[in-house]
Amino acid sequence: MIEVRGVTHGYAEHDVLRSVSATLTERRIAVIGANGSGKSTFARLFNGLVVPREGEVLVHGLSTRSHAAAVRRSVGFVFTDPDAQIVMPTVAEDIAFGLRRRGLPPDEVRRRVFAAMSTVGLEIFADHSSHLLSSGQKQLLALCSVLVTEPRVLVCDEPTTLLDLRGTRRVLEILQALPQQVVLVTHDLDSVADYDRVLVFDEGMLVADGPPAAAVDHYRALIG
Amino acid sequence: MNTYLPGRSWLHLLPASVKLAGLAAAMVALLLVDSPTGIAAAVGVTVLLYLTVGLARALPEQVWSLRWLVAALVVLQALTAGWAVAVVVTGRVVVAVVLAGLVTLTTRVVDLLDVFERVLRPLRPVGVDSERVALVLALAIRAVPVVAGLAAEVRDAQQARGLRGSVRAYAVPLVVRTLRHADALGEALIARGLDDSPPLRP
Repeated sequence: MIEVRGVTHGYAEHDVLRSVSATLTERRIAVIGANGSGKSTFARLFNGLVVPREGEVLVHGLSTRSHAAAVRRSVGFVFTDPDAQIVMPTVAEDIAFGLRRRGLPPDEVRRRVFAAMSTVGLEIFADHSSHLLSSGQKQLLALCSVLVTEPRVLVCDEPTTLLDLRGTRRVLEILQALPQQVVLVTHDLDSVADYDRVLVFDEGMLVADGPPAAAVDHYRALIG
Repeated sequence: MNTYLPGRSWLHLLPASVKLAGLAAAMVALLLVDSPTGIAAAVGVTVLLYLTVGLARALPEQVWSLRWLVAALVVLQALTAGWAVAVVVTGRVVVAVVLAGLVTLTTRVVDLLDVFERVLRPLRPVGVDSERVALVLALAIRAVPVVAGLAAEVRDAQQARGLRGSVRAYAVPLVVRTLRHADALGEALIARGLDDSPPLRP
C-alpha cells in the first residue's frame, strides 16, 4: 500500500505537485495527465527519488524520507529511456547487476536472472550486447533488470513512449501479467482501460481519481 | 573495449583472476623484450593464443582498430630512435592491447569487476570503496557505445540542418545530451539501489 499525505513539491519557485493526497491499494493503477502536469514527479515519490518538500509518502508503512533504501528495495522503477538504465555490456550481466549488493550466492543470482529473462522472453539474448538491442528489447531489459530484484511494487514512467506498436503491446502485456502492484504513468489512454484505478493530474493537482472510463473522460474534457 | 563472446575454450573456462594475472605477467615480459626478433616471437604467441581459443577471426579487427596509433608510433619512433626501436616499441603496444582484447573477449565484465572488487577490498580501511570503483569501471565501459550513439545522432541532426563542419553545432548538443544522459543514469542507478547516497533533492 502506498500512502501520499498532503504532498507539495516544487523546483525553484514552481510547484509541480500541490497538496496531493491518495492511498493506493489497487493492483493496477494508472496516472495520466498532460506534459508538465506533475505525474512523473508523483511517480518518483514512491521510491524516494523525489522527497517531498511538504507532506509524506509511506510505502508499506515506511517513510520514503527516513527509510529510502528499504523503500527502494520494495519499489522498482522503470524509466522512459531504457538506454539510461542499462549499465552492463551484455543482457544477462545487466540483469545480474542489480543483485550485486544483495549478497546472494552465485547460483541464486543465476536462477533469478534466468527466471526474470524468461518472464519477458529475453533468455535467447542472454549473452547479446545490450546496446545493440532494439528499443523494445532494451525496454524489456530495463524491465527485467528491475523485476529480478523482486519488488513488491513496480512504477513505470511512460515505459512505452519510445516503442513501436509491437514493443508497446509486449510491455503492456507483461505489466498486466505481473503479480506485483503496478503504477503506470502513461499518455496512452487505451492502455489504461483494464486498470483498476486511474488518477488524472493537471497543473500539479490530482483532479480526478476513479475507474478508467470516468477518469479518461474527465481528462479528455480537461484538454478540450 | 571488446564485448564478451560466449564460448567453451580453455581461456573462457579459466577464472578471471588467473587471466588478469597472466595478462599482467605478459605485460612485464613484453617490457623485457628489446629486439625485433623477440617482438616477432611475442606476435607469434599471441596469434597462437587467438587460434587455440577459436577467435582468430577477431584478430584482424583488433589490429585494424590500432592503425592510427601504430602509424603515429612508427613514424615518431623511426624518426627519433631508428627502425629497430620503432618495431620494438610499436610491437609491444600492439601485442599488449591485442592480449588485453583477448581477455575481454573471453571474460564477462561482471567477472572482471568481481576481481577488481576483491583486489581492492583490503584498501577499504583507507577509504577505498571497492564496489564503487567497480561500478565506475562498469559505467565507463558502458559509456563508450552510449556516447558514440549520441555523437552519431548529433552528427545526423547537424547535417540535416546544413551545419556540417560547425564545431559548435556538434560539440554543444553532444555535451548537453551526454550530461542529460549522465543525470538520467544517476537517477536510474539510485532507483536500482546501486547507490546508497541520500535521495535526490531539487
